[in-house]
Order: sequence, then C-alpha cells, then structure tokens
Amino acid sequence: MSDQWEPKIVAFFCNWCTYTAADLAGVSRMKYAANVRIIRVMCSGRIDPQFVMEAFAKGADGVLIGGCHPGDCHYIEGNYKALRRVRLLNRLLKSMGIEQERFRLEWISASEGEKVQRVVNEMVDQIKKLGPLGLPQQFKEWDSEVLEEEEEVKADVS
Amino acid sequence: MSANPEKPKVAFYWCASCGGCEESVVDLAEDILMVLDKVDIVFWPVAMDFKKADVVAMPDKSILATLVNGAIRTSEQEEMVQLLRRKSQVLIAYGACSHLGGIPALTNEFSREEVLQYVYHDAPSVVNKEGTRPQPVTEDEGRNPTLPEFRNVVRSLDQVVDVDYYLPGCAPTPKLLKEALLVLLSGELPPKGTVLAPDIALCDECPRKDSKPTDVSFTEFKRPHLHRIDPELCLLAQGFICMGPATRGGCEALCINGNMPCTGCFGPTSRVKDQGAKMLSSVSSNMAAKEENEIDRVLDGIPDPVGTFYRYGLSKCLLRRKVTAGE
Repeated sequence: MSDQWEPKIVAFFCNWCTYTAADLAGVSRMKYAANVRIIRVMCSGRIDPQFVMEAFAKGADGVLIGGCHPGDCHYIEGNYKALRRVRLLNRLLKSMGIEQERFRLEWISASEGEKVQRVVNEMVDQIKKLGPLGLPQQFKEWDSEVLEEEEEVKADVS
Repeated sequence: MSANPEKPKVAFYWCASCGGCEESVVDLAEDILMVLDKVDIVFWPVAMDFKKADVVAMPDKSILATLVNGAIRTSEQEEMVQLLRRKSQVLIAYGACSHLGGIPALTNEFSREEVLQYVYHDAPSVVNKEGTRPQPVTEDEGRNPTLPEFRNVVRSLDQVVDVDYYLPGCAPTPKLLKEALLVLLSGELPPKGTVLAPDIALCDECPRKDSKPTDVSFTEFKRPHLHRIDPELCLLAQGFICMGPATRGGCEALCINGNMPCTGCFGPTSRVKDQGAKMLSSVSSNMAAKEENEIDRVLDGIPDPVGTFYRYGLSKCLLRRKVTAGE
C-alpha cells in the first residue's frame, strides 16, 4: 500500500447492460481508475438498499449502480425499481450525512464501454475531493468511549 | 422481599427510556402475583429501594435473569449494565429502546453538541440565563460531586454488553413478558440471541390482511394526521406508510386495531439485517411512478425518511448514526 489514500468504490452492475459494457471497456483496452470493485448482479432491480448501506458500513467510500437504459431492462421494469429505490435512498443517505456524490446511479448500455470509463473516473475524482468516508474507523472511534467505561468497571469490581 | 434461597432471582433496570416498559411489567396485573410467587425480585430501582452497592455485593451469576429496558446513552447506564451482566446468568433486552435504540436513538441524527445546545439553551421552555450545562465533575465547597458522562452515540443494549434474549416492543405486551418468564422458569432456554416473539411479519396477524392488494402501486403517500383513515382497509392500500411488512409480529396488531399504521417497534424478523432499508426498499419498489420528477413528487409525501423508517431502530441501522455530525 502506498501512503496516498485511494477511494474504494463498490459498483453493482447489471448482467445484461452495464457489466457487459465494463467487459467491453476491458476488451477495448480502455483505461479507467482501478478504484472500483465490480459486483455483477442479474438486474439493477436486484440491488437491495441493504447492499448499498452495508458497502458503506464495511468501508466503501462510494457506491455506483449501473443498469440498462429505461425501456431496455431485460426484466422489463427492474431498472425503474432501481431508480425509485435510489431516489428514496438518496434522501435517507443525505439525512445520515453521506454526501450525494458518494452514491450514484447510471444507465449504461452494453455498447457504452466509454461511459463506464467516464463515470468511474468522474466518481473517483469527486470522491478524492471529498476524502475518505471511513465508516469502520468511525465505528471504532464511537465505540472507544464504551471500552473505556468497561475497563473502569472491571477494575472497580475486581 | 425475603431472600428465599429456593426462588430464582430476577432484576429489572431502566436506562434511557420513557418508563412505559416499567409500566408494562405492572400491566401484568394479577399475573404479577404469579411472578412474585415464583421469583425473588432483587433489584428494581423504579419500584423498590435497592442501591448499586447491593448489586455489587451479590455473587457473580447469582441473578437468574435481568431485564434491562432503555437505550444506553450515559456512562452510568454503561456501568450499571456491565455490572448487571456480570451478576446475571441471562440478560434480556426488554423493549424497543434496549433492543434497537428506540426513540432515544433518533438523536443519533444529531451531534452531542447539537443536543446539549438545544436542551440547555435553545428549547422554548428553557430559562438558563447563566448558560450553565451539567458538568461531569464540579467543585462545590471542597467537594467534587460527579455526574455521568453524556455519550456521543445512543446504543442498543447489545452494542454495550453481551445480550442473551430480546423482548421486542414499545412496550412489550404483558402477554409476551409472561410467556418469556414462563420459558425462563421452565429452564428450557431457546438459542442465545432469540427474539422472544413470532418470527414472521406483522401483516400475518393483521386483521386487514385480506384487503392488502398484491400490487400496492403507490401514487401518493399520506400522513396519518392529515387524512381520515378507513378503519377496515389495508393501510398501505390507502397510501399510509405502515411498517407491517418489515416488522416482526407478536403485538397482535395493537396500533392497527387502534386505526393507526404500524411504526415498527418490534424490529425486523431474523431474515432482515436492516429494518429501515428493507421498508424503504419495499415502499419504493411499489410506487407507480417511473419518471424522476414524478417519483420525487410522490416521495415528498415522506418528509422524514429516517424518522419514518427508523423510528425505533436507528442504533441498529447499518450506518448507526449521522456520519458527519462529529462531536
């Protein structure tokens, strides 16, 4: 590991469009930032808001969702479901203090390899400006106050 | 209360909560006589005169079960639950605050500084000309009285100590408490970590279940205080956010029978990690709108998503508290 902090982005890409686009970007030798960990799901409509929140909780600095363009969903309406969830989840994340740039939904068709490249690079830039989210470290810090108390009680009783 | 060595010992303790849980124990009514017949209550500050020193003096594991209600906000609460954990064979999180953080956990949306600023200075009912605030240690004519520390985060009981069982609800019903006590006394204990209520969504026991459409298809969200609620029809079908689909049953649909939507106090079933996220998912999946503008217009009907989906469970949200609130 270098000393320079690099953002971690978890990307959920749908099997039929965005994952194929990422594949195309790969075989076309398009370069994009290596900060993204792609998880292939069958449909953007499969992405449970719990996945997104868990990604943040486990240390992601950003979450990207990629799905088929409206009207192109392999399962007819899965991407509309994803859109509605993202709109509501956005509002929730905002109230929880997570900057909007950390969570993004993009429609990327199977032929848009260059859009994968552009979106990932853009998101990496934006998150670099924001800095780390670092939830696991935050949790540890929040819990340190309890650990202190526990040590005191142990010392008192014994 | 005579110390009868034959009877198992039980303790109750109260942390950050409203007192409703203590009330629900009293609501056992004449069944409380059955309880008193079978157990010795060795510690119950709200009802009986025992001190911390009495608990310290008890041998470790000498209490059969301690029921703790309330969320954990102060160092004193941490100290007491750690002490009680040590003295008890079984520790039960009693009620939504202890189980999930409860209403007090909604302050996890604010920093400690914001909370103290409001409570001691800005609240309309506050008169505090000197601008004083409680201090952990003060100097008073050579003495140093202390107060508990006010923590940054509101926690559920299991975020502070090891918990054996959970009795859900705001408050748990006397029926669930009675059943739990009978299970404890029978000695046939369920697996550790069990929530002592049915592991199925509230919709299953909802009297309006049959009127729930397969496809809810929301075109608007209504707020209960602004609309008349049809007392027969599924609340979701009427456009009210009812947490029933994402909430464990066992309360016998008390709020629904009172013509109010479920607000989720029993927490999630065992298959769900994050109750609020699951409900958010369900609600947004079932909206009819497809265009961004239209979706946003419908979502304006939920002005406070955190308060709606995590009314009782913000401590157990995967994110736990507002991230950027700082001190």
